[in-house]
Amino acid sequence: MQVKIRLFARLRDIAGTADLAREVPAGATVETVWLALAAEFPEMAPYRRSLSAAVNADFARFTSAVADGDEVALLPPVSGG
Amino acid sequence: MPPTLLSLTRDALDLGSLVRLVTGPDAGTAGRYGAVVTFWGTVRAENLGRRVIALEYEAYEPLALRAFSLIEGEVAAHWPQVTLALHHRIGRLDAGEASVAIAVASPHRADAFQACRYAIERVKQIAPIWKREIFEGGEAWIEGATADPADPAARQAAYERACR
Repeated sequence: MQVKIRLFARLRDIAGTADLAREVPAGATVETVWLALAAEFPEMAPYRRSLSAAVNADFARFTSAVADGDEVALLPPVSGG
Repeated sequence: MPPTLLSLTRDALDLGSLVRLVTGPDAGTAGRYGAVVTFWGTVRAENLGRRVIALEYEAYEPLALRAFSLIEGEVAAHWPQVTLALHHRIGRLDAGEASVAIAVASPHRADAFQACRYAIERVKQIAPIWKREIFEGGEAWIEGATADPADPAARQAAYERACR
């Protein structure tokens, strides 16, 4: 199945793009998506502990399941205000 | 489109419009507010010893609006009598320009002060908004909190800052 991936701020800079689409196996979670991304962009790997995630524009955990066509967003530490 | 209580915009913020929103005929406090407290967050021209030229804000817009709704709900749970308006600007802002505006109307001032402080603390904790600082001699992402609305420790910390 395929998921859309949204990247922001420093993660977007590392990937060189804000939007990706990647194949992941059935039963994948946000963590599965993250691990694939971190393997592709090793510079992202140190960020894991500081990230949070969203699925289809709602806050999610790394253990959350993802389905075909879902939009998975990886959120670096925020700095609004 | 008429202004709404919660919004993200690329346009300059207008504190007066937020005050009108929380005191207008459609606000929950209409006719019974006795205090309006506002917060006007601006781009500081100096940060960590650097001369700041501008901040570039970006947001995951649908999730940021969801975060604002969560904050609105938390405020209503703690301070049921207040009406909150919260607008955040994104895009490039020069030093001195406003990035965030909050207005809280309440029958009594204590609730308005507390709810306003709580709202800005929660924006900083959970809103998926990021800023890149353009300063004399370079640029840098500013990274704050890991956004987790369900984290009770963060919620409690914001509440304590609001009420101390």
